[in-house]
Amino acid sequence: MVRVQQEDFDVNSEIARLRAANPRIGAIACFIGVVRDLNDGDAVASMTLEHYPGMTEKALEGIVARARERWDLYDALIVPRVGAMSPTDPIVLVAVTSAHRGDAFAACEFVMDYLKTEAPFWKKETTPSGERWVDARTTDDVARDRWDNEPAGR
Amino acid sequence: MKITILYFAALRERVGMAREECLLPPDIETVAALRQWLASRGAPWSEALAEMPRVRAAVDQAMARAETPLREGAEVAFFPPVTGG
Repeated sequence: MVRVQQEDFDVNSEIARLRAANPRIGAIACFIGVVRDLNDGDAVASMTLEHYPGMTEKALEGIVARARERWDLYDALIVPRVGAMSPTDPIVLVAVTSAHRGDAFAACEFVMDYLKTEAPFWKKETTPSGERWVDARTTDDVARDRWDNEPAGR
Repeated sequence: MKITILYFAALRERVGMAREECLLPPDIETVAALRQWLASRGAPWSEALAEMPRVRAAVDQAMARAETPLREGAEVAFFPPVTGG
């Protein structure tokens, strides 16, 4: 499930809902992205996340579908936040449920690597020298591309 | 062919608009041709589309390539490389 929202999310209630939905779940892997107060050597006072409504949901559902082809998953939840955020704020939640931890860990990382490189989000930071759009990182492309060289599943 | 064009993030700021409806000449049939046609209209499109190093495009909300074809009523988006998460 994909749910784009401005407000903060409650990790406990999201996990509780996933757990309650299926007694066969043996593992839940969870990633929480957090806004940092430093980027490229500059202090970051706040940031705004813009996205492409409609395409965001399609792109993320597509990523989850690809993860399901590689690992045995029960469910995947992606809650990306958009709008204004400050350092220490949570920015994205990914939670993946499976029978065993191996599939859950791998799929959770896979979803995040593809989210960072293929989902239409853009960050704008406020630093002491003004506002600036964040540049895409080559290291994120590398993190995604390494999945091409791994055997499906583990 | 009539299409909708959306601009996001830095590109939206550079062209000064989030959205426009365009009636394309008949020979504009791909993303690459559209990009060239938009730039040929002069500033701000010429500058925004030419100077931004890596402009990405989507057609009907799916990532597109230069040769991706357009269709009547398509939603075409231009934007910088993504930086979410």
